Amino acid sequence: MRFRLPRKGLPQIAAFVVVLLINFAVSPQFFDIRLQDGRLFGSFIDVFNRGAPVALLSLGMVLVVATRGIDLSVGAVMAIAGAIAATLADTHALPVVLLAALGAGLLCGLWNGILVAVLGIQPIIATLILMVAGRGIAQLITEGRIVTFTSPELARFGGGAILGLPVPVVLTASVLAVAVIAIRGTALGLLIEATGANARASALAGIETRTTTIAVYVWSGFCAALAGIVAAADILGADANNAGLWLELDAILAVVIAGSSLLGGRFSLALAVLGALTIQAMNTGILLAGFRPEFNLVVKAVVVLLVLLAQSPRLSGVAVLLARRPA
Amino acid sequence: MRRPTSMTMLLAATMLAGGLNAVNAAELTVGFSQIGSESGWRAAETSVSKSEAKKRNITLKIADAQQKQENQIKAIRSFVAQGVDAIFLAPVVSTGWDSVLKEAKEAKIPVILLDRDIDPAGKDLYLTAVTSDSVHEGEVAGKWLAKTVGTKPCNVVELQGTVGASVATNRKKGFDTAIASTSNIKVVRSQTGDFTRAKGKEVMESFIKAEGGGKSICAVYAHNDDMMVGAIQAMKEAGLKPGKDVLTVSIDAVPDIFKAIAAGEANATVELTPDMAGPAFDALTAYKAKGTVPPKWIQTESKLYTSADDPQKVYDSKKNLGY
Amino acid sequence: MSPSPSPTAATAATPLLAVRGLSKSFAGFPALDGVDVTLRHGEIHALLGENGAGKSTFIKAITGVVTRDAGTVTLDGAPVAPRSADEALKAGIATVYQEVNLLPNLTVAQNLFLGRQPTRFGLVREVEMRRRSIALLRDFDLDIDVGAPLGDYSVAVQHLVAIARAVDMSARILILDEPTASLDAHEVEILFRVMRNLAGKGLGILFVTHFLDQVYAITDRITVLRNGRLVGERETAALPRMELIRMMLGRELSEAASEHPAKAATEAAPDAGGAIRFEGFGKAGYVAPFDLALASGQVVGLAGLLGSGRTETARLLFGVESADHGRLTIDGEAVRLASPRDAIRHGFGYCPEERKTEGIVAELTVRENIVLALQARRGALHPLSRREQDAIAQRFITMLDIRPPDPERPIGLLSGGNQQKALLARWLATEPRLLILDEPTRGIDVGAHAEIIRLIRQLCTEGLALVVISSELEEIVSYADRVIVMRDRRQTAVLEGEAVNVTAILQAIAADTPPLAA
Repeated sequence: MRFRLPRKGLPQIAAFVVVLLINFAVSPQFFDIRLQDGRLFGSFIDVFNRGAPVALLSLGMVLVVATRGIDLSVGAVMAIAGAIAATLADTHALPVVLLAALGAGLLCGLWNGILVAVLGIQPIIATLILMVAGRGIAQLITEGRIVTFTSPELARFGGGAILGLPVPVVLTASVLAVAVIAIRGTALGLLIEATGANARASALAGIETRTTTIAVYVWSGFCAALAGIVAAADILGADANNAGLWLELDAILAVVIAGSSLLGGRFSLALAVLGALTIQAMNTGILLAGFRPEFNLVVKAVVVLLVLLAQSPRLSGVAVLLARRPA
Repeated sequence: MRRPTSMTMLLAATMLAGGLNAVNAAELTVGFSQIGSESGWRAAETSVSKSEAKKRNITLKIADAQQKQENQIKAIRSFVAQGVDAIFLAPVVSTGWDSVLKEAKEAKIPVILLDRDIDPAGKDLYLTAVTSDSVHEGEVAGKWLAKTVGTKPCNVVELQGTVGASVATNRKKGFDTAIASTSNIKVVRSQTGDFTRAKGKEVMESFIKAEGGGKSICAVYAHNDDMMVGAIQAMKEAGLKPGKDVLTVSIDAVPDIFKAIAAGEANATVELTPDMAGPAFDALTAYKAKGTVPPKWIQTESKLYTSADDPQKVYDSKKNLGY
Repeated sequence: MSPSPSPTAATAATPLLAVRGLSKSFAGFPALDGVDVTLRHGEIHALLGENGAGKSTFIKAITGVVTRDAGTVTLDGAPVAPRSADEALKAGIATVYQEVNLLPNLTVAQNLFLGRQPTRFGLVREVEMRRRSIALLRDFDLDIDVGAPLGDYSVAVQHLVAIARAVDMSARILILDEPTASLDAHEVEILFRVMRNLAGKGLGILFVTHFLDQVYAITDRITVLRNGRLVGERETAALPRMELIRMMLGRELSEAASEHPAKAATEAAPDAGGAIRFEGFGKAGYVAPFDLALASGQVVGLAGLLGSGRTETARLLFGVESADHGRLTIDGEAVRLASPRDAIRHGFGYCPEERKTEGIVAELTVRENIVLALQARRGALHPLSRREQDAIAQRFITMLDIRPPDPERPIGLLSGGNQQKALLARWLATEPRLLILDEPTRGIDVGAHAEIIRLIRQLCTEGLALVVISSELEEIVSYADRVIVMRDRRQTAVLEGEAVNVTAILQAIAADTPPLAA
């Protein structure tokens, strides 16, 4: 029983490695890494750096999904946080900028949480409201244009480096570490899993299921805001129309690749991040491969299908049966 | 279609007879059904329309359709009911306009299309269409590059617009046509950057890696300036010098690209002018005053801007247009 | 239109429906065990039993909704084995469930003729369909607009429409599963008139209900099931109510009596200081106000028929529902009970009747399920270390003999009895002073059953106060110091000391029920 967790994550790790190897096959310089302006540089690093926003989103999404919910608004929350950060960046001190952007994310999460846990609206509907309205709010903040900024402090969140590692990567790793400590180091993880797997039984066992549910949406809002800051810092501007567009779907996909059930219950933070990185590795591979862009989505769909099939317990059962069959 | 119908001749004659002295004093009222404000360019088009109208002492009523055809149809009906002198329409889709444009025609209100054309079947339902030619825009970009590199071999990477968007297809076609005759220029990589900065940057990053750190890239062609702004960032982060090591040419002429041109980080952009209303007003006043029937298509100029065009000044003039 | 009773078969010798030796197990646990039921032509026959007696499984097994493991079903002497409800209907067995499964957004006429619309040249003959619908419903004294959506009408009308549809599809046997649960007295009267009318035409009606008054008002004969077994088949007129309740709830009196002395040793003097007192506790429309005082070491049994308000009482005691009457004092201090968390804070625990949906968290491990309530009480920020969790889980797995003794196994994979033990462990880990157990032995195999009874007895010797709800009267008698009998959501009797015996409980349950005017 001691090796339960690694064994559980094996298909995900295998999928990630296979996608990396495919990338290496289509682009031999895939693993080449050099130092450029004090920052590690190479396609392999890009996977982590470009994957950071979706990885952050999936860190939020995985807990929401664990409570049997879903958060469709994360892409729009990214746009809101990015818009706020970019608008304030050149006129306010960095702490104010971060506080405002992250605060907006927390508020968005609180709104979703109240709709779901207090008013009892189905999560997919409740968060759809902010998914639609949120982008409008972001557009109001930016007045429909791309708001650019020059603040080097905020820019560091996209293009900076710490010990050679891109800041988005360090940030994602830190959030993962903090989340693991806060959630697995306390009993939160157990209470979230219990709430998601059987909310009625959990409430009767004394778990504050309502507070727990609100908390995961707030957390998701926070993660989305952080992702929005990274995305804005990356292009030195806030593009309300496009920031985080459809990324909620990538985040959900990352969580599914991580082996979480959309019906709630068990979750793994680390595997959710790995899922996001697998998706990004695919994207990077497609860009490196030099296919015509018309094939992008088809290739991605096929690879995702293969990854999910590889995880299907039923399919592995069939594989075992076939293997046993005498030749 | 060049020959005016007897109806329009009659109309023109009346106008000519009774209206000569009234040309300037005639306070024209024009209703403009604008698509919405989905992009910076669209916002600029709206604000330029307002200033062009003001310049000519024309009253412009703008209805924002928020990307919905039914809102545009409602707006046109309301303009007809108000009895405006002309209707400008930036159609959100190309079909489904027949009945409402017939209503305008019956009310003898000329309609001028801005920025986008409608289905050819409706040609006799509007006076003229003022649009740019996106194939031509690509050609201008390609010709500039061909002229700039001369006979040196040049590997180009291309950032395409959204897959399937007609603008992206046309800009690609125009560029390809322009460089077809120059065997030294080759498009070595072409991917979609979805018209956004973030994707433009990401795609450029992988182009740089796939092309040996970008050493073999001679030029970048982007279907819009936003992607180019992202690509410039990617090149700078990779230690390349855009505008010097790598030539850049893109389309749209949004303010931010002029900042980059002024800083020497970008070379050229082809303007998709936000001034669609200006030519339309000119055609309209000529038509109202002298009965001059304009051609069915008024093509706007696709002007090329480089560092020779005082980019800082252009930037200053454009930055408050709402881009 | 309506089926005429087959003249050749209408003899007493050949019953309309004969079910012999019907058995069905789910996951090795027998839900039906060799059940015989005989339904005669033109009779209304009650099928009775408490929750888990096997009534639903019986209906499903004879209508082909589930496959039967063993047994025969003959209809007018000919064996039938439908493989779906549809086939059963074609064979002449129609079922109308409590939840009418017709389509509320279609019209009454469309519902009546769904799937068998009168057509001409492939087109539905709407007029003809309406005409026939009106004629059909006239037999049921229903004069309604058949063109209106079914959902516009009351549940009673919907039931009658469902019955009319079944009868019109030449049903020979009509099974009514709790049809009266959501009807008022007047609607019940209409339904009964229709039932008598149909029986008069030779239909056999199997009537499932938990309202005993209605059983005596309308049925000719009664079959009682308990724990998947046939208890007996009687003429209604010859079966005293008391005897019927005993059939449903009790074993032989002598058996129960033999278990009684085991309790004597646990009798503790009521400790007035350390008492939990509910005074005038109740909620309007839910449970009538009641008094309940519990001292440590005491076991109070809650007895009554299904629907009498036992579970509702438990939910009030645990704060799942908030009382709007009365007060609770613990050790003399007034206490508010607004949620289960409040109850848990004061040392209460609750094992609900619906073990799978309200008790276990199937996906989590046995260990996690055991520590859940304790962890919830401590709060997320005071986690039990993995070592502590392992120790707690191990202690209770050993103490309660949970099998298999693997704390890391998802609890959903355990048998019902072991799940129940793990739930007990969940509460024992919180070191409670009051445990409320709702049907703790239901759906549990015989071995585990005895163990849980033993545990209950042991717990009260260790000083816990217990409130136990059970339909197994002899079980209650064997451990309860006091028995509260409920009917119609109110306490009707409190039995103490020598009065705690099966006969007395049965008498209290059956006592002075006014017979429904027939």
